[in-house]
Formats: sequence, C-alpha cells, structure tokens
Amino acid sequence: MATAANLPPAVAEEAALGVEKAESAKGPRSGPGRGNREARAKASVPLTILMWLIASIYALPLLWFILSSFKPGSELFSYPLSMIPRDWTFQGFVDAWERVDFAQYFLNTATVAIVTTVLTVFFSACTGYALAKYNNKGTRLFFVCILATTMLPTEVILNPTFSVIRDLGLYNSLAGIIVPSILTATGVFMFRQFFLTVPDDLLHSARIDGASELAIFFRIMLPLSRPILFTLAIFSFQWRWNDYIWPLIVLNDPKWYTLQVALRSIVGAENIDWPVLLGASVISILPLVLVFFVFQKYVLNADVSAGLKD
Amino acid sequence: MSTTAPARPQPGAVRSKSQQQRRNRYVIAPLILLVVNVVLFLVFFVWPGALGLLYSFTDYRGVGKLNFVGLANFQKLFADSTFYAALGRTFVYTVLSVPLVYVCSLGVAALLVSKAVRGRTAAKIVIFLPWLISPIVVGVIWKWLFGQDFGFVNFIISTLGGAPVPWSSNGNLALAVVIFASAWGGTAFNMLLFVAALKNIPEALLEAAELDGANAWQRFLNVTLPGIAPTSFMVILLSTIHAMKEFAMIQALTNGGPGTENTLIVQYIYKTGFEQSKVGYASAASMVLMVVLLAIALIQLRFNRKKA
Repeated sequence: MATAANLPPAVAEEAALGVEKAESAKGPRSGPGRGNREARAKASVPLTILMWLIASIYALPLLWFILSSFKPGSELFSYPLSMIPRDWTFQGFVDAWERVDFAQYFLNTATVAIVTTVLTVFFSACTGYALAKYNNKGTRLFFVCILATTMLPTEVILNPTFSVIRDLGLYNSLAGIIVPSILTATGVFMFRQFFLTVPDDLLHSARIDGASELAIFFRIMLPLSRPILFTLAIFSFQWRWNDYIWPLIVLNDPKWYTLQVALRSIVGAENIDWPVLLGASVISILPLVLVFFVFQKYVLNADVSAGLKD
Repeated sequence: MSTTAPARPQPGAVRSKSQQQRRNRYVIAPLILLVVNVVLFLVFFVWPGALGLLYSFTDYRGVGKLNFVGLANFQKLFADSTFYAALGRTFVYTVLSVPLVYVCSLGVAALLVSKAVRGRTAAKIVIFLPWLISPIVVGVIWKWLFGQDFGFVNFIISTLGGAPVPWSSNGNLALAVVIFASAWGGTAFNMLLFVAALKNIPEALLEAAELDGANAWQRFLNVTLPGIAPTSFMVILLSTIHAMKEFAMIQALTNGGPGTENTLIVQYIYKTGFEQSKVGYASAASMVLMVVLLAIALIQLRFNRKKA
C-alpha cells in the first residue's frame, strides 16, 4: 500500500485543466517534427469507431435498464422485447415513491450522505494537513495507522464492528452509519498529498507575521485546497450514497433504511416486483448523476492517483 | 514528508523559553487537528480489530459471556467444505475478474488519450457513468439484462436463432455474469488512474521509439507499459482486494446462487455471523480472510519491488 502514498504529488486542478486546454488548442505546428505531429493529430477512423463501439457496449446495460423503467409492467415481460417502450409510463416511479415508502429512504440516504461528506472533508483536511506539515513521531505513527486501515476493510470485521456500534448505543440510528464512515484513508491521503505540494515558505512567512498555527490552517491552507475539497466531496458523497454494508449491519428498523438496503430488500424478495424495482433503482441513481454533471471536472480531471478506492 | 517543524534543537544550542514555546506549538497544533480522526481510528478500527481477534477464539453467539474455546473455531473452519468452497470461488472470481478489469480500463484509457480518436470527452463521460451506480444497482441492472426468461441478452440470442442460455441456473454462467458486471462497474475509476498515468509519459520517448522504427504495438509494449508500471501495480492491488471482498453486487445479482454455488467469502462470513449468529466462528473466518488479504498485498508489493 505504501506505493499508493508515494506516487507523484497531485497536480493542482487548474494546472491539469490548463494543460488539456493548451493541448487541444495546439494546431499543426511548423518546424522539425511537424510531419509526426500532424500524423498523430489526424483523426483515425478505425480507432474512433472502436472507441465508440466500446462506449456503446458500456452504455447498453444502463440504457436498456432506464428505458425499461418507462415500460408498463405488462410490456416488461411480453415478447418480442423492444428497446424503446411502446407505451411510455411513469407508473413504476410513482409506485416506488409511494408504495415502498421511498421518499423516507431518500431522505435518510441524503441525510447520511450530506452529513458524512461535510465531516469527512473537514476532518480529512485537518488530518492530511497535520500529516504533511508537521513531522514528528506522532504524525509519522498515525500515517502508518491510516495506511493500515486500508488493509482492514469493514468487510473483514463485520461482527466485531456490530458489537462496537451496539455498545456505543449507535445501533439502529443514522448516526451509526455516519460516525464510523468519517475517517477514510483515501480522503486523508488526498489532502496530505496536496499539502505536500504547498511550499513551506508560505507557512514560514505566515508564522513570521505572527499567525497562529490553527489560523494558518483555516485562513490560508484550507482555502488553498479547494480543488481537492471538491473532489473528495464528490467521492465521499458517492461512497455514502451507494454504501451498502454499513447500513446493512447498523439499521434494523425499516423506517431508517437507506436506498441501497431498501433496494436489496426488493431484489431479494421471492417474487421480485420488477416495475417497482426498476423505478426505484432509476430514482436512486438520479441525485448522483445530477451532482456528477454539475461537478464533473472535479472528478474527470482530478489526479486521483493519491487516493485509493474506498 | 516535508519538514517544517525543527525535529530537535541544534546540538549545543541553549533551549530558550521561546524555543520551548514554539516546540509546544508544533506539537499541540497537529494534535488538535488530528484528534478526531485518532479517536475514530481507535474506536472503529483498533477496537473491532482486537475484538474480532478475541471472538475468533470463543464460541460467542452475539449475546452472553465469552467462552474461550482455543483454536476450535479454526480447526472446524479448516475442515469445513463450505468454507473452502466459498474461499475457492472467491479466488476463481478474483483471478478472472481482475485481469478483465485491468485490460478493459487500460484499453479504454489508451483510446481516450489517443489524439486520433474523435469525441473523447463524450466517450469518457459515457464510460465513466457506471462509477455513479451503486454495487446493488449494478447487480440489479445485470440481473435484468441477463434474465433467464425475459432478459435482453437471451432475447437477442433467441432472435438470432440460438437457444436461451441458463444464465442463472448454471453456476459457471452465473459467475460469468458477475464477472462481466464487475468489469463494467470497475472500469471507470481505474480508467481515470490510467488516463492520468498515460498523460505523464513523455511524448519525446514515444517519438524517439517511432523514429527508431517501432510500430504502435511495440511502442505500447516497450515504452508505455513500463512507464505506467506503478499505476498498473496499484490498479491490480486495489482490484484484487476489491474482488476478494465483493459482497453488495453479488447480493443483488445472484445472492450467491444458484443455491450456494457462488457464495463468496464475505457473504459466507455475513451468513454465518449474522444470519446464524455464530459470531466466534465467523470471526475466525474473518481472520483467515484478513491474512489472505495481507498476503496478497505483501506478495504484490514484493513482486513490484523486484521488477523495479
């Protein structure tokens, strides 16, 4: 795991974007090597076709799924199947929203995802900064501890974790999902990697100006780390929105269920109610898709090499 | 790690009061910044970790007192054929899915950085979309696509004149669907890692190889692949660990079926630990899984060092 943390420092967002822009703006150039460059910049029809063929293979399962959710129950199981619904309906969505108490699950999931994300981003920034800018025995030891957590995923300690949650009185509450999810190695590593690239001179001059250590962090360092902040926020939101294992072991009362646990109970039933399941699943995807399209540059252009999957 | 705080006073220097104060600042400030995560680390990693180790030597059933039984859980575990079946199936799944994820994400990334391909940004978004979808919904999507009776894939097969394929009643085919689904869901994130790595390969190196007469495949094999070795290593390690603990997606897709044929190790632990509440026994299985994960990480780390 050590390798992950020793990778080249994350490039600041602006820099990455800038490079991309510069590259696309680069027209055919004159001078030596021109022939090569032009050959490479020329569109290759077979490669483009291949790329789009692969893209459509990736799109197909999702497209089929989403289009199916607009079909009435009777059409879902009548041959021949058609890609485009013959009879568009929103009944599946309406049923999912009303009959299965989906509105409540939606609210629960949103609460967990938003609260955890805010806390994760803040405390990861604190920890990442401390690990990057203070070098003493304590911080070095804690860095190794954080590394170790990547080797001990929740899946490996399901039962004891349940006991801990129960003993802390967090069983069957949303806090029981939120609190244990705040600490993530990925978040800490992302911030640590970023703060390592911030020159120490900045710190020194702020110290000479008499700023206190914490003021330096809150007034100078935290605002500087905005790109990482957004990237981690989206990552964290996705992790928590899609999380299954924590809600599964912590929640018992259906009124606290999150979307994923609720969906699992629909798909795990003897007779799967497909129209409701399709509608419910599509609704559950929507918020993330929305967030993604607003903030996509923070995900797609992020140098995520510093982070690990959670 | 960069050093800002002086580690220790210069030899021979007299430690003045202000110096002492500054040293305190350098210790107290990080302590304040770290304290929440340190507490969370102790409560949600160290405590359950230690408790799990403790449980594995008891016949604890979720309530009541801890009864130490020594190594009995482990003895029973190593004689349990369902445990071996689950562990074996997990290995099969990992060995098949990790290379597929690797090839898919690297292939897609290579196409996405190639300037000869048009519409790269749009293609990147399309291929990235599965990242947004939860493992549970990924399972649902693929269950729907590969339904035995009314699935899209079987519909196409029978339209083309073939016989419907038993995607859910045949164990190996069911596992194949799980593997496809894992590749579909796992490509996006790894692709991002590879795109970043591929962009960092110096253009000059590739051009030099081209001038020396290397064709595209040779350039890829001899320049690109060594250039992205650290990323490759990380992707393989992360995907392996991820595959070993696959749980949610399979719960939704096959629920370990048909029967218990495709029950993977985490599902086995969940079933014994929660549904049958054999906490001690499940904890012993967890310890074995942890040792396996550690071994995988160490082997890959070693392999990586040797190559470098």
